[in-house]
Amino acid sequence: MEESTSPKQEKENQELGEARRSWDVKTAASPQYSEPASFEPLEAKQGLETGRQSRSSRYWSPQSGARTSLGGSAGPETSSPAPLSPRESSSTPSPLAPAIQDLGAPPQSDRTTSVIPEAGTPDPDPLEQSSDKRESTHHTNQSDGNTFQQSQQPHLCGPRAVSYKNANQKELRFDVFQEEDSNSDYDLHQPATGGSEVAPSMLETTVQNAKAYLLKTSSKSGLNLYDHLSNMLTKILDERPENAVDIIENISQDVKMAHFSKKFDALQNENEMLPTYEIAEKQKALFLQVHLEGVDQELEDEIVENALPNVMESAFYFEQAGVGLGTDETYRIFLALKQLTDTHPIQRCRFWGKILGLEMNYIVAEVEFREGEDEEEVEEEDVDEERDNRESEADEDEEDELPKSLYKAPQAIPKEESRTGANKYVYFVCNEPGRPWVKLPPVTPAQIVIARKIKKFFTGRLDAPIISYPPFPGNESNYLRAQIARISAGTHVSPLGFYQFGEEEGEEEEEVEGSQNSFEENPDFEGIQVIDLVETLSNWVHHVQHILSQGRCNWFNSVQKNEEEEEEEDEEKEEPDYIEQEVGPPLLTPISEDLEIQNIPPWTTRLSSNLIPQYAIAVLQSNLWPGAYAFSNGKKFENFYIGWGHKYSPDNYTPPVPPPVYQEYPSGPEITEMDDPGVEEEQAFRAAQEAVLLAAEENEETEEDEDEEDDYD
Amino acid sequence: MDAESLLLSLELASGSGQGLSPDRRASLLTSLLLVKRDYRYDRVLFWGRILGLVADYYIAQGLSEDQLAPRKTLYSLNCTEWSLLPPATEEMVAQSSVVKGRFMGDPSYEYEHIELQKVNEGEKVFEEEVVIQIKEETRLVYVIDQIDKAVAIIPRGALFKTPFGPTHVNRTFEGLSLSEAKKLSSYFHFREPVELKNKTLLEKADLDPSLDFMDSLEHDVPKGSWSIQMERGNALVVLRSLLWPGLTFYHAPRTRNYGYIYVGTGEKNMDLPFML
Repeated sequence: MEESTSPKQEKENQELGEARRSWDVKTAASPQYSEPASFEPLEAKQGLETGRQSRSSRYWSPQSGARTSLGGSAGPETSSPAPLSPRESSSTPSPLAPAIQDLGAPPQSDRTTSVIPEAGTPDPDPLEQSSDKRESTHHTNQSDGNTFQQSQQPHLCGPRAVSYKNANQKELRFDVFQEEDSNSDYDLHQPATGGSEVAPSMLETTVQNAKAYLLKTSSKSGLNLYDHLSNMLTKILDERPENAVDIIENISQDVKMAHFSKKFDALQNENEMLPTYEIAEKQKALFLQVHLEGVDQELEDEIVENALPNVMESAFYFEQAGVGLGTDETYRIFLALKQLTDTHPIQRCRFWGKILGLEMNYIVAEVEFREGEDEEEVEEEDVDEERDNRESEADEDEEDELPKSLYKAPQAIPKEESRTGANKYVYFVCNEPGRPWVKLPPVTPAQIVIARKIKKFFTGRLDAPIISYPPFPGNESNYLRAQIARISAGTHVSPLGFYQFGEEEGEEEEEVEGSQNSFEENPDFEGIQVIDLVETLSNWVHHVQHILSQGRCNWFNSVQKNEEEEEEEDEEKEEPDYIEQEVGPPLLTPISEDLEIQNIPPWTTRLSSNLIPQYAIAVLQSNLWPGAYAFSNGKKFENFYIGWGHKYSPDNYTPPVPPPVYQEYPSGPEITEMDDPGVEEEQAFRAAQEAVLLAAEENEETEEDEDEEDDYD
Repeated sequence: MDAESLLLSLELASGSGQGLSPDRRASLLTSLLLVKRDYRYDRVLFWGRILGLVADYYIAQGLSEDQLAPRKTLYSLNCTEWSLLPPATEEMVAQSSVVKGRFMGDPSYEYEHIELQKVNEGEKVFEEEVVIQIKEETRLVYVIDQIDKAVAIIPRGALFKTPFGPTHVNRTFEGLSLSEAKKLSSYFHFREPVELKNKTLLEKADLDPSLDFMDSLEHDVPKGSWSIQMERGNALVVLRSLLWPGLTFYHAPRTRNYGYIYVGTGEKNMDLPFML
């Protein structure tokens, strides 16, 4: 099917033919009309084909729909020309006159503008179709001029056609529609000669019917097909998408939706975007600098005592390793940390990492307060203890003495003092940079012990309860703190020699609370080659104390105090008197000493880039805590964690078994239940009894004189 | 994620923390283009990274015209040279499902798995220990296949099905609206539907056959195995799978940007029911 290939040429031919057929008025000057050539049948054919083709071929070439239709119409010229000719001849007279006049007078541009106020350039399909049909009918009925002009340019087809807004034209159009409906059948059936006067009216009515049907308003939506099709084709011709035929249904849907969206626009948008604007406002506050009085002095102070770490620099290095949160996010976190240091008296601060949660995530900052700044928590504990004492006293006052349980809960191991052991640093968390920072409570050994036994996802809300077995003493903030403590103890490493022990105290026998808890930066650290850092793990050391299985870093002997009490009572007790002291690897041990996990080394070392090794940095990934990374470029180092906050275990998690039921009372003979004698035993017993009875009776009979003896057992 | 919008996608998916270093990114941009040309794929997706002990595997997938046709998987150790992986067969699945632990990072590494097999010798039946060797490449194919089947997702409306069969990218997809983006039902598994036919007729009546032809995430077992979060205010919705930790799906509502990436150890989280 010729579409856009040579529509013009074919049109030309046909038009020429038509031109010749009627008169010679040619107002439109177009190159196409140079050669007259055809005869009525051709015109008729053209008309028919135009209509038929434009209807049947819905494929619009990317270039111009109009041309396609025309081209299509110009295409097969073989179908029945005959039917139109009689019509042509008959209806020629009436419409001809007005057509000619119209043709002559108004310039093409006028027609264009008058016709389609909506579409600037190409016309929507139906109009063109109709125009085509009009064309064809005009071709058949009117002068060549009309046809020529109409077929001349795609743009003008429609306009011209529409400009002839006489009833005749519409009727003609309807007639053509009618023709198209019946298509080839119609053409074939229509007699070539007879009924020439009947045909136009039938044609008109059919076209009219078709258009009326198209204009019928839908009962549901108030649209009509005619308008919808015209809008759709306008849109297509405006936008000219590729392969429009493949997405025609979607375009149709979009046009329909466009009708209704205006009413509800304002309402929906406002509701939906609100949280975005909220967070943007909060984050904007971060970007504002707080101007205080005495700016100069404060500025100097800030620069001198800078507690804020260079987060962007660390982020750059981590990015080389493929770890990181993206530059924007990191910068926001940086600003949030600055806000934290401004509002709290902080000695040192570090971006610890990000822990992912189900509903929200946690951004964690590791903070060291200045001396004497964290006294608040102590009071809370005292309050709790007092309350407990009071409750226990109340119970004892009850009259009936309930059996007291002999169960002695193992003494709670006291938590470590702040600034020591697991509570060396204080942690602040927030859900998103811009939101307020919340301080996490210090961790107790019990929490660490139980945190080792459970595995739960974080939800993102600090007050969420942790429902688990063994029951976790605390809510999500405590669990979070415990996991942070474990991760820090397990994965915070630094290059060998970066830290050194502080003052050396002579006696190493006092290992329990020795001086090996403190370390400080080594001012003489000269850096280690990156290659060395990657090759062996012995160049890295832990700089956070290992947490014993007790839950503390420094061993607490819970038996010591008991000994004093026990001296008064029996020294023999069922419980063992001493518990073996737990010893963990001392501080600053190289990580090559870390245990393997089922043949998997605990750490993986890489160079950040294999392509440019001279500027690469050493990257350590922990296999025990997936998500923990450390980098070093020889002189600088940093640790980072991003992940869900769980340890890696190759085996599946099994919840611990509940402990055995406690013995309520010692078992002795008086409470021990005796087994009932079995059937055989009873029978044997009865038999034995009867035997004795019988024996007794016999004895009685035989020895009547003798004393009655009780032979009963 | 689409290789064509790699940089933007990596930026959007960076909330999970694991991404790519600059040199990998640069090599990917170039090499994926070449892969597309050489293998004549319609679209190339950068699937993600599987962390091994010694080295990491970078995985890419190529799609043909029909979006739901089986995808071709390629892997590389250095983001420059790509090798095609064979498609997963049932035998591979059966064999590799017993291997546990981390990936080594060496494709020719062989895992040894000891199985007790009953051997008939004449009339005696006794069990013998048979050592089966499984190549790491096979395991890689298996794991990628599992992850794809379980957690590769796509927003509703991104693909549409034509009556002739093939599934196409929907060019008029303008992104999910905010309210839709927060619901699990607006995301589909990017694979042939499995549960669709089990739906009742009532449910099916509401579906649009050209858009709703894949399983949605709503009925995933166990419930709660997806974590939906809005990041950056409401400008980005991120779904993370808890069953295969490391899979991140991101979508910017009202825009056409969406994609998923897997960066993880390639191990299923079997403890999920305990952790929820």
